[in-house]
Amino acid sequence: MFRTSLTTNLILIGLLVVLAALPPFLGIYYGNLVTRLMILGIFAMSLDLLIGFTGLVSFGHAAFFGLSGYILGILMMDTETASIYWVLPACLGVTALASLVIGWFSVRTSGIYFIMITLAFAQMLFYFFNENTALGGSDGMFIFAKPTLAIGSWNPIDLEDHHTFYYVVLVSLILSYLGLRRLLNAPFGQVIQGIRTNEDRTRALGFATRRYKLVSFIIAGTLAGFAGFLEAMHTSIISPAHLGWHESGNVMMTVILGGIGTLHGPVLGAFAFGFLHDWLQDVTQHPTLYMGIFVIAVVLFLPRGIAGLPADIARWLRRKPPGDGGSPP
Amino acid sequence: MDFTSFLIQLLNSVQYGFLLFLVASGLTLVFGIMGIINLAHGAFYMFGAYIVWWLFGFTESLTLSILLGVPLIMLLGLAIERLAIAHLYQRDHLYQVLLTFGMILVLNECQKIFWGTDFYSVPVPEVLSGSIPLTENQVYPVYRVFISIVCMLIAAGMYLLIQKTRLGMTIRAGASNREMVQALGVNINWVFAVVFSLGAGLAGFAGMIGAPVSSVYPGMGDQILIISFVVVVIGGIGSIKGAFIGAMLIGLADTFGKVLVPDFASMAVYATMAVILLWRPQGLFGQSAH
Repeated sequence: MFRTSLTTNLILIGLLVVLAALPPFLGIYYGNLVTRLMILGIFAMSLDLLIGFTGLVSFGHAAFFGLSGYILGILMMDTETASIYWVLPACLGVTALASLVIGWFSVRTSGIYFIMITLAFAQMLFYFFNENTALGGSDGMFIFAKPTLAIGSWNPIDLEDHHTFYYVVLVSLILSYLGLRRLLNAPFGQVIQGIRTNEDRTRALGFATRRYKLVSFIIAGTLAGFAGFLEAMHTSIISPAHLGWHESGNVMMTVILGGIGTLHGPVLGAFAFGFLHDWLQDVTQHPTLYMGIFVIAVVLFLPRGIAGLPADIARWLRRKPPGDGGSPP
Repeated sequence: MDFTSFLIQLLNSVQYGFLLFLVASGLTLVFGIMGIINLAHGAFYMFGAYIVWWLFGFTESLTLSILLGVPLIMLLGLAIERLAIAHLYQRDHLYQVLLTFGMILVLNECQKIFWGTDFYSVPVPEVLSGSIPLTENQVYPVYRVFISIVCMLIAAGMYLLIQKTRLGMTIRAGASNREMVQALGVNINWVFAVVFSLGAGLAGFAGMIGAPVSSVYPGMGDQILIISFVVVVIGGIGSIKGAFIGAMLIGLADTFGKVLVPDFASMAVYATMAVILLWRPQGLFGQSAH
């Protein structure tokens, strides 16, 4: 079963209350930053489903994130307004289809082959958009309007408003978390966690493991697509960089930094990573250099991430040698 | 496309394929023997190109710059292996990907700090600057032929090193069973350091010898890295023979893709990979997946 301790639950609820109460104090810049970090949190959670719970290390996860944004951009290209009731399903549908195709090839392989094949497929999509001049080439495209939630003249939620959008993203984050949690405790979730622990045994128990991996890949891809949809709506721009391998590497980093296989960890990771990057941009001319050093340091010294930090500290206090942390707890 | 332009494109494919082979063979050796995915491999290629440009400023000679540059790159590789990679042998691939990803960020930024973001070019040596006439108005540069010949010699040298020498024997043994080699009294850490440094040297050399035909620019390492990954996956991870065939296939797909379907040339490469993997998921010469 996927369970979290009472203390963890209380801390998470506390953090949510803080997030819900923050907007009036944030101002435009930090309001936008926190909105973006919540979106990246959803994106990172979707990758955690693959890396932390299914044992599939995908190095091309940004492909789905960016693809969904591009579909939104294409659908909004010639219209002033569009209803979210068909735009969102269209974005998610295309992303799910793409995850089906890419996943169908990729789950045939494992280990390092899986890493490299997902990377290569993501690069294929990257070049497709990078070289497609009709879609803005390497500059990407602007999305001039957000889809609306209006039914007729009645508009319950105005997405153009910053505060409203903040809460829409917050609710999306909570629902994604609860949905994934529910999924992990369902029979399906038990099977994919079995695959991560020992695929051969799970297959011996009579589960068609490849099919389960494929479904997990599609769910993760579609959720990444949902995050990409929110991101494209939020920033009003989509470019090939959103699908590039630097983005895939960053989200992987976010998951590790937060703690793989913890679900809430990647969200914490997104916040830690995002604020660090924001701070580095202020204090140095070479944020990427320090970001790289930070990534290396996390891998070498903090393999269990932020979510594993309390346990690491407790172990250190008891003066036992730390575990190698090479595999998820 | 008439026969002469076909021939020119074919020669270009082979020359590009050879360069790719130098980079990809290092990548596949490091994985096959050490079990390490090294994303920073492309950075060695880029540093090779920049170092040769930088040294050329002092020496005014490409040969001398390369002779001085290769040891520098091998030293850089050795330092990285000892300081960071050596801590990762027992760890999951995930952490190797991340650590070397972090290293790319650091190395790319160092490149910008040392040499800026401008494009540079390295002149072709005087002796090799001529062209071979093919028809009355089509010529082929001598330097490109020279690259192919040098790479061919290096490939042959690598074959001899790995198949015929004692070091090569140890390397092959290490690739098939690491524990056994250690039990026989070989210091496997030393072998790893040599292999990693050799791989770095090969990638750096490819960047150096290729610098006069492809200019020297930021991000050149990232591009070659991803393509080399495709080569390695097609050929089968850990197989030098596979890397060679894969590099030639990708050279052909890329060069002819640019001529025949210019809008989607880069996709042609990945489409080739998808087709091959559909047929053989472990690559052309791959063992069962690790």
